[in-house]
Amino acid sequence: MTAYIGKRLLAAIPVILGLSIIVFLVMKLIPGDPAQALLGAYATPENVERINRVLGLDRSWPEQYLIWVGNLLQGDFGRSYILNRPVLDEVLDRFAATLILAGASLLICSVLGILAGIVSAVRQFGWTDRIVTFFVLIGISMPAFFLGLVLILLFAVHWRLLPASGMYAVYGGGDLPDLLRHLILPAGTLAIVATGVVARLTRAAMLEVLRQDFIRTARAKGLSENAVIYRHAFRAALVSIIPVIGIQTGFVLGGAVYIETVFQWPGLGQMLVKAVSTRDLLLVQGGVLVAATLYVLINLLADVAQAMLDPRLKA
Amino acid sequence: MTDMTLSTPEPRKRRSNWQLLMANRLAAAGLFLFGFIVILAVLAPVLPLPNPDITDQPNRLLPPLADGHLLGTDHLGRDILSRLIWGTQVSLIVGVSATALAAIFGSLIGLVAGYARGATDSILMRFVDMLMAFPYILLAIAIVAALGPGLLNALYAIAIVNIPFFARNIRGVTVSIRNREFVDAARLSGKSHPAILFTEVLPNVLPVIVITMSTTVGWMILETAGLSFLGLGAQPPTSDLGSMLGQARAQLFTAPHASIIPGIMIFLLVMSINLLGDGIRDVLDPRLRSGALDRPMPVTKIARRTKPAATLEDAPALVVDNLSTGFDDGKAITPAVRDISFRLGKGECLGLIGESGSGKSVTALSLMGLVASPPGVITAGGVYVGGREVLCLREQELIGLRGGRVAYVFQDPLTTLHPLFRVGEQIAEAILVHESVGKSEAHRRAIELMDTVGIRDARSRASAYPHELSGGQRQRIGIAMALANDPDIIIADEPTTALDVTVQARILELLQNLRRERGLALLLITHDFGVVAQVCDRVAVMKNGEIVEQGETGAVLRDPQHDYTKRLIACVPELGEGQAFLDRVRPLFVEART
Repeated sequence: MTAYIGKRLLAAIPVILGLSIIVFLVMKLIPGDPAQALLGAYATPENVERINRVLGLDRSWPEQYLIWVGNLLQGDFGRSYILNRPVLDEVLDRFAATLILAGASLLICSVLGILAGIVSAVRQFGWTDRIVTFFVLIGISMPAFFLGLVLILLFAVHWRLLPASGMYAVYGGGDLPDLLRHLILPAGTLAIVATGVVARLTRAAMLEVLRQDFIRTARAKGLSENAVIYRHAFRAALVSIIPVIGIQTGFVLGGAVYIETVFQWPGLGQMLVKAVSTRDLLLVQGGVLVAATLYVLINLLADVAQAMLDPRLKA
Repeated sequence: MTDMTLSTPEPRKRRSNWQLLMANRLAAAGLFLFGFIVILAVLAPVLPLPNPDITDQPNRLLPPLADGHLLGTDHLGRDILSRLIWGTQVSLIVGVSATALAAIFGSLIGLVAGYARGATDSILMRFVDMLMAFPYILLAIAIVAALGPGLLNALYAIAIVNIPFFARNIRGVTVSIRNREFVDAARLSGKSHPAILFTEVLPNVLPVIVITMSTTVGWMILETAGLSFLGLGAQPPTSDLGSMLGQARAQLFTAPHASIIPGIMIFLLVMSINLLGDGIRDVLDPRLRSGALDRPMPVTKIARRTKPAATLEDAPALVVDNLSTGFDDGKAITPAVRDISFRLGKGECLGLIGESGSGKSVTALSLMGLVASPPGVITAGGVYVGGREVLCLREQELIGLRGGRVAYVFQDPLTTLHPLFRVGEQIAEAILVHESVGKSEAHRRAIELMDTVGIRDARSRASAYPHELSGGQRQRIGIAMALANDPDIIIADEPTTALDVTVQARILELLQNLRRERGLALLLITHDFGVVAQVCDRVAVMKNGEIVEQGETGAVLRDPQHDYTKRLIACVPELGEGQAFLDRVRPLFVEART
């Protein structure tokens, strides 16, 4: 197992390097001369040349990339001039809030989605299946930002049950119950939208497994239908559900951008949106890179979990 | 390449794609709704709508149904209905353009990578993998950050992040097509690579491109609306549905309708496209249909017109009486086996023989209601175990018999053992279902059983997974599992077919010994008369779902009555027979054909 994990970790390194290359290239897309933009009215040819030399912009792209990656590895993601703060500090602070939100929604959507998918497969074409199918359709068609607004109108404005915004717990302002109260609506919104895909794929995986020969064997042994479905079929289906959960992490991390904006959640997504409008590019760069690295690591985790569930994959 | 060249009319007229799509009620509803929205958006310039950009401060935030403003006004007093229709037009154009861009570039990458293979393929696909390694929307945000907020830039960003889906799908199909005969033929005729790619490969890949487009366009409309909602897409005065929602959000508490109306519009638009997209996918590629697979029920459906007697006096271990099983395709039941009757006594072995498709396995599985259902249906007859009819039992009781008094051994132990459970566990589980013993006791007995069926070093092998064992060992596990509860009857469905000849002999010997020692009734299903001659006391010959001949093995072998039996017997080659075997067998089949 350790050998397998080591192998997967090694395989993740080129992927993360690739991510950094893409982020680097995207930043090179920026139209205009950065030195010119920085200097504004002071952009005399001599000044531009000096700034280019100081920032290393006169070097070739590969050189620039290597210097940039070297800095990243030392924890130097640059400095946000708008916030007057090192990028990494800001990103990590915000990241904590996003992890809480994304983690909670991922948990909810996995549990609900898998349960709904199983029930839907077991009662195929029955009314539960129809209801699940209907919610799947809503889940994949409903914009998360709109659903968030509707839930705010219902739960925060109409019934006054839950707060619509004002989560400060990550800054040390509130305790756990306060955090949870603030978490319900945003995490719920994100989870509702994400559950559909998990349910749909779980249903498909279960139906596929239930036709396999070893399920007939389980039945021929005299196992009860519950044992057949929940022990034998689900265990086998889980092998193909796990990667779906890994991919859902990306969906949840992306969806968090909308949810954080709607619910004023002080996370990475909200930070990114602000940073884009203030053209704080180093902050965007850092935020995207950290989130993408997390996504790669989570998919690696999903791979490892899958191999632990299926001894055939370790070879 | 298409069916259009077929001139002979088919007996059952094939429905056109359009008819198939319309037959799918959800897809038809999606198409209707989508068509309605598109027509509204296209007609925006000629509809009697007020200018969507004219502000009217005194009449701001009017509720719906207000005078002159059917859906009310927004925070600047602009007519919401007019803005909604114009905004829908923008959202549609942007979403469809993004899809078209992603489809063109993604498909090109996929086509080239799949056709060229080699280094080109690796480089292109590694790049695509990198794009996919980003959490979807974050990459779009990074691109917008670099290009600057704006509707066109949002469109580019969404198109770029969707390229991988197209590239991957199209590459997959291209790889499977590039070595087909018609591509080889084009290559030999001297066509250039680009010509082959666009005239031979592309037309065959087109359905996949259409499917991918129809299933991603809703998603892209959603995401561009999302970027506009965040203020990164459409900039004033242009607005799409997303930016309408984004601007109205500030008045969410005082004028919720200004937010809700564009939100519902996005939802309806995307939902109609998703319904339509699923429908198109089902028509163009029926294999991908969601839920097309039927889930087999715990017990085969039983629909017998007349119920047989519930008990039978003086019955041997197993009696099968006029059993018929068929497959229900929704319209009619096609019979698979008809009027099967046989008896099997304690300690006796009956061979059920026939070629593949003759209904042997369906017969075997019907006995304990294990035929997958749907589509299987038992339509007539009775099965008596120890004199009691079992198909009229309650589901729980029938399930209780399985693996208890009647156990099965299946053909291919690699697919019939659970791949993710240790073999010891799987045997112990069979014990635990039927007996209330402790886990460790069950495990001890599982190892004992493995010992009985001749697995050396059973204690350590018990913790192996099926894929770690040889075919013969796996089949021994299957037999150990069948023996777990000391059954009266074992039904072995081609237990040796998947095995080497030498292993086959040892497994047969094992079954034979167990039968003698334990007085088992053994129903052995096989297609090999050699096996029957070696093991069975009596034999029943099946053809086209019926038993055509039944009797003592020796008698049947000596003097087969049915032509089919003669042929089956002739098909057992003898060692050293050589060419003589073919000479001997050939006339029998010439006869049969005429």
